[in-house]
Amino acid sequence: VNKSPVSATLKGTEVSAPDSFAHRVSSRLYTNTKLRLRLLIATPLLWLSLVYVAALLALFVTAFWTMDSFTGEIRAEWNLDNFVQLFTNSLYQTVTLRTLGIALMVTIADILLALPIAFFMAKVASPRMRGILVISILMPLWASYLVKAYAWRSVLSNEGILQWLLRPLGLDTPGYSLVGAALTLGYIWLPYVILPIYTGLEKVPQNILEASSDLGAKTWSTLRLIVFPMLLPAIAAGSIFAFSLTMGDYITINIVGGATQMLGNLVYTNVGTANNLPMAAAIAMIPIAIMFIYLSVIRKTGALDNL
Amino acid sequence: MRLSKPAKAVLAILSALTLVYIYTPIGVVLVNSFNASKNMSWPPSEFTLHWWQVATQSAGMLSALGTSILVATAASAIAVVLGTLLALAMSRYKFFGKQPVSLMVILPIALPGIVTGIALNNAFRTLLGVQLTIATLIVAHATFCIVTVYNNALARLNRMNRTMEEASADLGAGIWTTFRLVTLPQIASALVAGALLAFALSFDEIIVTTFTAGGGVETLPIWILNNMFRPGKAPVVDVVAVVVVLISVLPIYFAQRLTAQERSR
Repeated sequence: VNKSPVSATLKGTEVSAPDSFAHRVSSRLYTNTKLRLRLLIATPLLWLSLVYVAALLALFVTAFWTMDSFTGEIRAEWNLDNFVQLFTNSLYQTVTLRTLGIALMVTIADILLALPIAFFMAKVASPRMRGILVISILMPLWASYLVKAYAWRSVLSNEGILQWLLRPLGLDTPGYSLVGAALTLGYIWLPYVILPIYTGLEKVPQNILEASSDLGAKTWSTLRLIVFPMLLPAIAAGSIFAFSLTMGDYITINIVGGATQMLGNLVYTNVGTANNLPMAAAIAMIPIAIMFIYLSVIRKTGALDNL
Repeated sequence: MRLSKPAKAVLAILSALTLVYIYTPIGVVLVNSFNASKNMSWPPSEFTLHWWQVATQSAGMLSALGTSILVATAASAIAVVLGTLLALAMSRYKFFGKQPVSLMVILPIALPGIVTGIALNNAFRTLLGVQLTIATLIVAHATFCIVTVYNNALARLNRMNRTMEEASADLGAGIWTTFRLVTLPQIASALVAGALLAFALSFDEIIVTTFTAGGGVETLPIWILNNMFRPGKAPVVDVVAVVVVLISVLPIYFAQRLTAQERSR
């Protein structure tokens, strides 16, 4: 497999004197596994815990602090005011329900769109075709999220391609609205849903499907009774992306949502314009809490082992 | 289950329609970058290279491109070092708390971008009391880029034959020499693939970026966001959008090739 690295080692090594400093360090490290592990893991672990985990914990703590509305300073006094706001102010309930509704709609629509093409890729297409299809789903997945949202700004515009396609049918583009935003979000996350479902379908063995038909099951019964139950974890895994990414979105809504607000927009205005970090942190707890509930429900299907 | 010919045909048609759906909006942007009309009107009646010319002369765009490349390069470099160290530790050792560590690497990319963004924004400004600059942006990007390098390096290390390293040590090579001449050459292409993915991830990131870039820092995605709502700017934004897609998709293509080559060997 590889060009012999052993001979390379012999040629390239200048054996250091047995009592040199470099040699002592090297043999110390060779014999002391624990020290070696510590040296390897120290930097990445420090980075992740200091930069990220500490930041997450701090965000949680900040949600229980207050901003002095007079001076604009953040006061480190523990209180539940932000959360009282969240539960009593109807704005937050409306926006939470709206965000949840869009996230569920987008997720279900994406699953329905993903199933036929995933099925075609896994069970109908030739190996060569399959390879091409995987690449053509993978490329747009990595293409810039912002560009995809921006593309829909063109698509949905009054003189855009959607209006051009719909006019002969006597219909109009939904324009920059809640519907427009839902369409765009569904579009952006579709490849994220197709790929896990495709991988899941590939794992369904062909001989089980043949056995089912040999035993007299119609195609539809096989799909319902054999394929669907086996595919459920993969569908659930795909749904995590569409759901989580929609829950936290605010840029797409800004670009194609018109005046519609989602939870992400409330977080962003509180960080930016209002400069009220504690309130923003409290609002951010809503999508986090919903995601945790969603993940714990979905975990039962075994979806998390499918990521 | 044996699919009938008509059923297969229906599936093929639905798949083709899905692909058309996936590629049309991106295609519209590409076509609009040559559209002579200023207001994205479809179908284009005349084509022009004018907007591409305007874009290449836009100083703001060029400096944003430079910033994006700088940030993506620095973030990938940090991610390569941290991701490789972590992958070596995770593949070679058993230790207490291994599970939480692997969760910690994925978390920055698994949680919605807005959570990562606001958490880092809060940590930089409130906790550390530092100004948001290009440095805070690089730190933020490096944090969510570690996972791509880590995943690639870990997969390779787990499939690697350890006997060569043992042979090297038996032949008298020190720990550093063995890494440089035996381990590194075997994982190098996985690291390059991971770095390419990290670059692409950082290059077009927008959500975490809006929360962690300083006021004067403009990456290419921020430039797009700032310009897309300005009247008359749409065609130039189309050009830049096409460039962003190219710069982020090409590394993915090469990374894909690198990993596919390794698997087929």
